[in-house]
Amino acid sequence: MSSNNRPLSPHLDVYRLPLSALLSVVHRGTGAALSIGTIALVYWLMALAGGESSFSTAQAFMGSVLGRLMLFGWTFALFFHLSNGIRHLFWDAGYGFEKETVKTSSFIVLAAAGFLTLLVWIVAFTFTAGV
Amino acid sequence: MSLRSPLGTAKGLGSAKEGLHHWWTQRVTAIALIPLTVWFAFKVAVLSQSDYQTVLECIGSPWSAALIVSLIVAAFYHAALGMQVIFEDYIGHKAVRVGAIMATNLLLFLLGAAAIIAVIRIALGG
Repeated sequence: MSSNNRPLSPHLDVYRLPLSALLSVVHRGTGAALSIGTIALVYWLMALAGGESSFSTAQAFMGSVLGRLMLFGWTFALFFHLSNGIRHLFWDAGYGFEKETVKTSSFIVLAAAGFLTLLVWIVAFTFTAGV
Repeated sequence: MSLRSPLGTAKGLGSAKEGLHHWWTQRVTAIALIPLTVWFAFKVAVLSQSDYQTVLECIGSPWSAALIVSLIVAAFYHAALGMQVIFEDYIGHKAVRVGAIMATNLLLFLLGAAAIIAVIRIALGG
């Protein structure tokens, strides 16, 4: 009996990942990155609780070029994981599994993540509470 | 139509041998985090150039502190559940896997506790 016609599982090295598969990997990656990124949240809250001098040290770091780059990555990871997470909730409820729908929702997830990231940074540079 | 076998339905256990709780809790925390993270991200954005007193008052006001503590609980719980799945998928060696999950849980608990203590101290003006 010939076994040549048996279906093969996709060999990842030669298989061009569809966008949805790529976003799935990025979802997991951003989830892990955000777990590590909680350290930044704890640091900022601890600095604020510690008093004015520790807070100004934290603000100076967050406002530096390196700090801003890290925060930019942080906010994009957050908004990507949020947008794609909402798509996952639709999937969990049983909606949106058609091939074309998945393609469209992939682009919506990327657009929403990009839009929210830009919006939060525009807000950060435009509005300042208390001054 | 249920995809579960009659025996599986009776025992209520999936391949993880512990039922639905992990999966369900991850969804509940995910839903809680949708409004909480959006609110917090934009709150911090507005405060990013503010002076110390303004930030202290905005983070430490009662409702704000309550929402941030809720955010911290949901976020760290969600992170612990998510990291557990990643370790379960990629670490084949059982002792290493269990050790990694346990270490991550303890570390995330400590970080979450620290964040909550900070918020309480800010809120109570200590």
